[in-house]
This record gives sequence, C-alpha cells and structure tokens, in this order.
Amino acid sequence: MAAHVAEAPGTFSLAASRRRLLLDSLGIMVSASGFGLVYGLSARAAGFSPLEAGAMSLLVFAGASQFVAVGYVVGGLSWLGIVLLTAFLNARHMLYSAALAPYLVGTPRVQRAAMAHVLTDEAFALAIAHFRRIGRADVRGYWLGAILSTFIPWNVATLVGVTIGGSIPDPSRFGLDVIFPAAMGGLAVGLITGRRELVAAVVGAVVGVAVGLAWDPAAGIIAGGLVGPVVGMAARPSAADPGHEHAIPYFPQRAEHAHDDPEAGLP
Amino acid sequence: MSAALVPLAFLMGLVTYPFRAIPLLAPGFERLPERAKLYLRLVGPSVLAALAAVNTMVGKSEDGAPAFRIGWEWLAVALCIAIVGWRRNLLVGLVVAAGSIALLRATGVAPLP
Repeated sequence: MAAHVAEAPGTFSLAASRRRLLLDSLGIMVSASGFGLVYGLSARAAGFSPLEAGAMSLLVFAGASQFVAVGYVVGGLSWLGIVLLTAFLNARHMLYSAALAPYLVGTPRVQRAAMAHVLTDEAFALAIAHFRRIGRADVRGYWLGAILSTFIPWNVATLVGVTIGGSIPDPSRFGLDVIFPAAMGGLAVGLITGRRELVAAVVGAVVGVAVGLAWDPAAGIIAGGLVGPVVGMAARPSAADPGHEHAIPYFPQRAEHAHDDPEAGLP
Repeated sequence: MSAALVPLAFLMGLVTYPFRAIPLLAPGFERLPERAKLYLRLVGPSVLAALAAVNTMVGKSEDGAPAFRIGWEWLAVALCIAIVGWRRNLLVGLVVAAGSIALLRATGVAPLP
C-alpha cells in the first residue's frame, strides 16, 4: 500500500520522475535493439536493401506492421493490401494519442505534430507514466523517453541487422523477447493507483486475449484498450482513486501550465 | 542499392501518422467533459495490460491462426510485474524476467520460441 502512495499522481518532482523515466527507458532500449536487429535480419532475408529497411524503420516506425510488411512483400501481397493492413495494425495508436492529448493542450501544435511520429507502444507507456507521476506534461521527458528508448535503438539496430546479417545471435536466446510484454505489464502496474485503474487493466487484458484469440491479436489490443476503461468507469471508486474526494488530484494542470517547464518541480 | 520499396515505406508511414496525430492535434481536448477525461485516464492501464497479455498469451498455431500460448514466458512476465509492484523498479524487473527465461532456455527447461 505504501508503494501506491509513493506512486500517487502528481507527487513526484520533475527531476525524480525523469530519473525514473531514464531507468525505465534502459530496459526498453535493450528490447528495441533486440527486435530492431531481428527486423533488420528478416528484411535482409526478404531481399530488402539497407535503404529500404532503414526507410521503413524511419518512416513507419512501428515494429509489428514492419514485420508483417516483410512477410507480405515476400508473399507477393499488393501494396494496397500491405498499406491497409498497416492501418489496421497501427489503429491502436489513436488510443495513445487521445490519452496523452489532455496533457499536451498547451504544447505548440508543430511540436505535437512532431511528437506524434514517435508515438509508439513504448513511448506511450513511458510518457503516460511520467506525466502521471508529475501530474502534468513534460515535453522534454516525452522526447527523452521516445527517442532514447526506442527511436534511436530501433533505427540503429535495423541498419546493423540488415547490413551485418547472419553473424548476429538470436536475441530470444537471451530472453529479449519477453522484455516487451514484461515492460508493458510493469508500466501498467505503475499506472494502477486505485480500483478503477485495476479493473480497467484486468478487463483490458482479458478482453484483449479473448478477442486476440477469436479474431486477431492487433484487434485484441484495440478491443482491450477500448472496453477496459468502460468497465473501469463503472467500478465503484476506492479511496485511492484519483476521482475520489479524498484522493490526490490527478488531472493535468490547465493549458497554461501544461507546456514543458524544465525548472518546475525541481528541488 | 535498391530503393523500390521506399515508396511503400512512405505510404505505410502516411496511413500510420493520422492515428498518432489526430487526437493530439484536435482542438478542444481541454474542454472535454469529466466522464471523457476519466475514460482517457483509464486507457493507459487498460491498453498496456492488453499489450502485455496479448503478447504473452496469444501465439500462432501451425496454420497461422491465433492460438492460446502457455509457456515459461508467463512466469518471466509475472516475475517482472511482481517486482514492479513490490519494488517499483522496472529495470530490475526486466533484468530478472529476461535473465530467468534465458536461463531456462539455456538449460533446456524452456524451449526457444
């Protein structure tokens, strides 16, 4: 219970939360590097040139759809089919964008447009945890997490994989394949500060697996992300819930304070 | 060096970007009703838990269809979650998760995926 108090929304200083963000980013960096290598290897085996594999990592920057694209290019699927599948697989990013949007209303539009390009599963997980710890947005923290943990490792590892090729050992031998789900689960735990979050997380996981098995894993993630909050809202709030009258306020500060302020919160 | 697939990469990026950008760029998020804000607050734990569960429990059968996956990976992910819940330290949790599954695979207890 003490740990939940320590994680209560808006109770971290900016410096303390950025330190946590950096530590959390390290594990995800290893995962992104491992999967980037595997992607580069797959792309090489499929006949992609380093330019083509690199362009995909730079312009699409979405692992699952890139892996699928490699498979379908080899299989001879039309570009239209690949593009439509990409849209389907990446539709979940809209949930991430919507969840971060209330924090970023005071951030310049051009900057938000740039931030959107690096909004991946990992960037969202790190950013939402960081914003909740400090109770507002931190644009520098967002960039730090997104670029350091994923964008640079993914793109560098892609080029290494597609260039060096078969001399790289299989990352799953080192257990790197479990880092992504473990990181997502761990970061979800960090966001559970009350009964409603707990219910939303459990329902999200159950619905995600059920729909993933019945239809498609990507659809499962979207369904879990959509249905979990609905059931969570119906749950009776606990005393620790941010919406409860005795709880520490959760919602981000108003727009005029929501921009990046590197000094705010520093000891 | 071939660049034939670069336009495909561009098109894939083009269809991905709106999903990432539209809510971030849409005006009026500061005026959302409280119920909508509560919903969005719960999206984080919900979608991250779904990502963790689906990536751990949903695999593929031989014919490529989704299949329920039972394996030692469950234990590794559960260990990480328990450590984060107990110590609030994701890095330690990830090291333990990856280390434990690597050890189990090296000793032949757990098969390689």
